[in-house]
This record gives sequence, C-alpha cells and structure tokens, in this order.
Amino acid sequence: MSRLIKQGRIIEDNWQAPDADASVTGSHQILDLEQWLALEDKAGRAVMLEPGQAPAPLFDHLGDIPLVAVNFPVFTDGRGFSYGRELRERGFSGELRACGHFIRDQMTYLHRCGFDAFQMAEESGLEEAVASLADFSEHYQAAIDQPLPLFRRRH
Amino acid sequence: MYVYDEYDQTIVDQRVAQFRDQTDRFLAGKLTEGEFLPLRLQNGLYMQRLAPMLRIAVPYGLLNSTQLRKLAEITRVFDKGYAHISTRQNVQLNWPRLEEVPDILAQLATVQMHAIQTSGNCIRNTTTDQYAGVATDELEDPRPYCEIIRQWSTLHPEFAFLPRKFKIAVCGSRQDRAAIHAHDIGVELVANASGVVGCKILAGGGLGRTPVIGSVICDWLEKKHLLTYLEAILRVYNQNGRRDNKYKARIKILVKAMGVDAFREAVEQEWDQLRDGPTTLTDEEIERARSFFTEPAYRELDADSVKERLDAASASDPIFGNWVRRNTVDHRVAGYRIVNLSLKATGYAPGDITDEQLELVADLADEYSFGEIRSTHQQNLVLADVQADDLYALWQRLQKAGLATPNHGYLTDMICCPGGDYCSLANAKSIPVAEAIQCRFNDLDYLYDLGPIELNISGCMNACGHHHIGHIGILGVDKKGEEFYQVCLGGSQSKDASIGKILGPSFSQQDMPDVIDKILATYLDLRTEEELFLDTYRRVGIEPFKERVYVKAD
Ligand code: SF4
Repeated sequence: MSRLIKQGRIIEDNWQAPDADASVTGSHQILDLEQWLALEDKAGRAVMLEPGQAPAPLFDHLGDIPLVAVNFPVFTDGRGFSYGRELRERGFSGELRACGHFIRDQMTYLHRCGFDAFQMAEESGLEEAVASLADFSEHYQAAIDQPLPLFRRRH
Repeated sequence: MYVYDEYDQTIVDQRVAQFRDQTDRFLAGKLTEGEFLPLRLQNGLYMQRLAPMLRIAVPYGLLNSTQLRKLAEITRVFDKGYAHISTRQNVQLNWPRLEEVPDILAQLATVQMHAIQTSGNCIRNTTTDQYAGVATDELEDPRPYCEIIRQWSTLHPEFAFLPRKFKIAVCGSRQDRAAIHAHDIGVELVANASGVVGCKILAGGGLGRTPVIGSVICDWLEKKHLLTYLEAILRVYNQNGRRDNKYKARIKILVKAMGVDAFREAVEQEWDQLRDGPTTLTDEEIERARSFFTEPAYRELDADSVKERLDAASASDPIFGNWVRRNTVDHRVAGYRIVNLSLKATGYAPGDITDEQLELVADLADEYSFGEIRSTHQQNLVLADVQADDLYALWQRLQKAGLATPNHGYLTDMICCPGGDYCSLANAKSIPVAEAIQCRFNDLDYLYDLGPIELNISGCMNACGHHHIGHIGILGVDKKGEEFYQVCLGGSQSKDASIGKILGPSFSQQDMPDVIDKILATYLDLRTEEELFLDTYRRVGIEPFKERVYVKAD
C-alpha cells in the first residue's frame, strides 16, 4: 500500500489510483472524470481531476463525494491550486488530495488552497516534506486554511 | 512610506528561512535544477551568462535612505560595488554568489526589503507613477492601493504557478506615467459621474513578442472590490491561460482568444463567487494603507519669492539653470520641486549606480527630501520633495557625483535592458548600442532642439527595455548567429498608448548611430513648430523615415 500525508501525518493509503481499464465497481477505486461522470449513482465515489478538467461538473454532488484527487503531472502547472480552492469555497468537505509531481515546497500553498492530503510521486521524502507545511505561520490573504485576510485580523 | 509591523516582518523572515533551506537542498543535490528553477525565480534569482543575477523588489519604486545604504553595503560586500535599476523599478545585482544569496536576503530583511516574486510565473512587483503623491495632475495617490495589492499578491497560494509572469500597474493621475496599458492588469483611479473615485480595470496589455494595448474590463469599480475583482481575473487566467506555448501564455493572448466581452463575462462569473467575501476591502484597511502615505512636514513657503530666488540663481549660473529646467518638475506644493537624478551619464550603462552614489543619494535624501527616494521605470532615481531653495546646493553635490546629467526625458535618457552583456536570454547586446548613441548625440543643444524623445532598447523579444512603446524602439535580433538590431517607430506609453511599427530590415551594431541620426533628421525636416517627435510621426507616418534610412547610397 502506498503512503501519503494526511492532515499532517503519514498514513497508509486505502484508495486505488484511477485506471481507465479498472472495474469501476470497487468501493475504494478512484475514478477518472469520465468514469465518474458516467456513473448513475455517484454516492460514495471518488474522482480525480487532471489539469484542464475544471471542477464545475462536481459542484452539484459535493456532498456525495468522499475524495477528490487533483493530479499534478508537472509541478509548474498551477491550475490545480484554483480547482482545490473552488471546491472548498463551494463547500466540499471530503478529502482533497494532491497527487503526482508537485514538490514539497508547494505544500504550504496547496494546503492553503484546501488540500488536506498529499500523495507524492516519490514517497521517500515524506517525513521531510511534512515539515514544509510549517514554512509560514502568517499569511496576507484569505484562503481555505485562514478564511480572513490579514487586514481583518491585524491588531 | 509603508512600515512593516510584526506580521510583515514575520512573513519576510520566514521566506528567507524557506529560501535558505531550498538553496541548501539544491546545493546538496536534493532539489533538481528543474525543481529549483521556479523556486529561485520566485525569489528573483536568475542564472545568467556570467553569474547569477538577483533582482531585489522595490515595491512601487519607493525606498528610504536606510534601505539605500543597505543596498550600497550589499553591493560592496556581496557584489562588485554597483547595482542596476530595472525597468520595473527594482534593483538588480549582477554578480552575487548563489551560496550567499540567502545571506543577502537576510540582510535585506533587516531593512524591510526582499526579493519575493521579482521573477517567475507569478504576480510581480506592482509599479506606479514615480511622482505619486507629489504630481500636480494627480486625482488620488495610487500608492496605498499598490501596497494593498502588494500584500494580497505576496505569496498568494493560488497564483504562484501561473501560465506566465503577471504584472500589475496602478496610476492615479491625468497623465499616465505607469504605462498601465502595457500591463497584464492596469488599474486607473478615476471618478465616476457623481465624483466618487473608484478603479478602472484594464487587462490584457503587454509587450513581448506580441505587443498589445490593454482592454477595459471594468469602467468603474468601487474601491472595496479591488482585490476580489483582481482575484477573479487571476482565477480565469490561471485556469484558462495557455500553458502549451510560453509565447502564447500571457493573459493578453487569452483576452484576444476569448474576445474582451467573453473574457469580461468569465471574470464577472468568477467574481460572483468572490464578491463581498472576506477579501472585500474594509474602510479601515483603506485608511490604514493611506495613513502611510500622508504628507511630510512641508514648510509653508511663498511661491513668488521662492521663484524669484530660483530664477536669480539660474540666471547667474546657466548650467544650474539648465539642469533645473531639464531635470526638475513642478511639485504639488508651493516652493518645492521634484528632482530627477539621471543615471544616464554617457559612458555608463543606463540605470547603473555605484555603492558610493547610493550612499550619497541616501545622504541627500536625508538632507533634502524627507529621507525618501524613488526609482523609476525609466531607470533613474527621484528625490520627490526638494525645497527650491535647496536646489543649488543639491545640484552641486549631484554634479560632483555624476548624477546631474541634464538629459531627463531627452534622447540620451534612454531605457535599456542589461542585454547580452549580462542576460542569458539576449539575442544581442544592448548597452554598447546605448553607449554609441549617447556618444554620438552628446550635444545638449541638439538634444534639447529635438525635444523629449523616448528611446528604448531591448536585447531580445522579452522586451524588458520596453522597445515597443518607445517613440524609437530598438530590438536586438539574431541573424544567423550575428547580432542585429531592428528599429520601430511611433510607440507610446502614455494614455494614448500605441505600439511602435517596424521600420524595415535590421541593422548591424555599428550602423545604429547613423540610423538614429537619419530618423532624427527626418523628423527635424518635417516637423512643424509645435510638433514633438511622436506628433510628426503620427502625422506623416513611417514612409518618410523609411525612405531616408533605406535610401541606397550612390
Ligand atoms: S529584453 Fe531580453 S536581453 Fe534584455 S533583459 Fe530582457 S530577456 Fe534579457
């Protein structure tokens, strides 16, 4: 089983990565967007977004989805940051997982955009990566982790 | 000027620590070249031709004397004793060592400075009018809004990996000295029909390979909505901007591709979500930002008698009088003048300044201008609040230091990027071209007769030297491995902004002074009494210039 960082701790993953050929019936199978869209009953089913797959189709089902994974095939493509934040802003409260080739130096931003789970392509650096979540203790902007901008909190 | 509190200081200090760790990991081989690249760029660090280059942020071009002295010290300890003012009002060091960059940043942090987001595909340093707060044509001081934007954009979690770099400029005066039309977003403070000042928002302007003048996205926006509206624009861009081709990745291409109306609609749709949310500015926050940019303790002076004394001094020393006329500008307050320090002395790279000059300017700022200095996108410095009665003493000291070249706004006050001497992206050198032109046209009477002319030079398509919006623009191009120069005419960065037109086939470096000479001669022949270069060009078009420049020698 692969490992990942969730809510600041390293845990074992119990979800299966998406696979276009996999049977879509397994309860812990993450689906790709196409598979997920085709489902009649979406309750309890997890989905992964790729860059270019904006989260709008998910908005009507946010209460049914336990996990949204956002894939980062290359770490310089920042579309997923907006996807995460939009999902949270619209009330998604399940697991929001960053997957793929993001780097630990991005984790503090990802976390601010609402991601609470980090599945890195390279698992060896997970322990060190956890530390990156604490790079900053203060922020100017409102975001998911801190819904008030600094100017509403300064004293 | 804005002063950090413990929150601002904490954020900057933590960024230094984060970058130190990133540099250590890179040097230890734990971060790949490719991974380190965007991380160091977001901290202003380039790997250049000969050495790294560090770009230090000067938020909207405002510095105090303490910061200037620190910069002088840094250039001495960590570099070769000089710095360069960039066309985004920032300061660049050309010779730092990678291992020492974290120490430089730590030094900067002690004087409330940093290098955050001075490069990379993120929101860059917000720029504005170098005469903000003192200009005679100002509706409202733009700097509080620049500071508000600076804080919002600093380490913004959602917009650190955009398709491409993103530049915002703010202007609050009748004349646009911030080139807002040539920015990804331009913000103009304007009054609506009932006289309330709000923000006009332009988007999709930009230079580079495909120069475009920005389009109006919103005619008038209540100030409190500024940040949520910017956030909506950035969100549309982050999700829809092209990422497959770096030359098509700027927001200007997206606005063109979608069409302005569809783009606006997409922005409004995003804005619906964000509007009136917590990022909506409060009156207190706007007031807090404004409280940092209040008037200094001006003396009450009698304008007439001050003018009499200045006229007398000018008459008795015509060289001084000429400098006053060329390099100083009317100030909003009676008895004061705005002083431009020219960093365009012939024989020095445009925008370069030595450690000793930096220290001198710091002293002069303390003595004569409330301790503040501005950097300009024309790569000069400004002392914004000088009493006219102090001008003579100030001028004498500037002159001794080579900072009083009376060419402000004239041909030799050119904008010039570092080009092939430093920059690894360059197609051609730009500094030697600037120098050759400065040497050829060093007759001041001739320069003054030509009137104000903006000549801008870039060493490649990236257009850091803003060549498209110079009245005369020069662009370094590569022709089969050799350095050539393309000339364009008729660009403008004012509110009547326009993009220059290419004159024709490019020229070799040694031909450039002659080419410029012919262009200027054409203008002098064709101009009417009141016409400036740009007016004549707009009236007669490019043809007469073409004919003169490309005429076959017999
Ligand atoms: S215009 Fe080109 S050569 Fe000049 S500084 Fe920019 S990237 Fe370098």
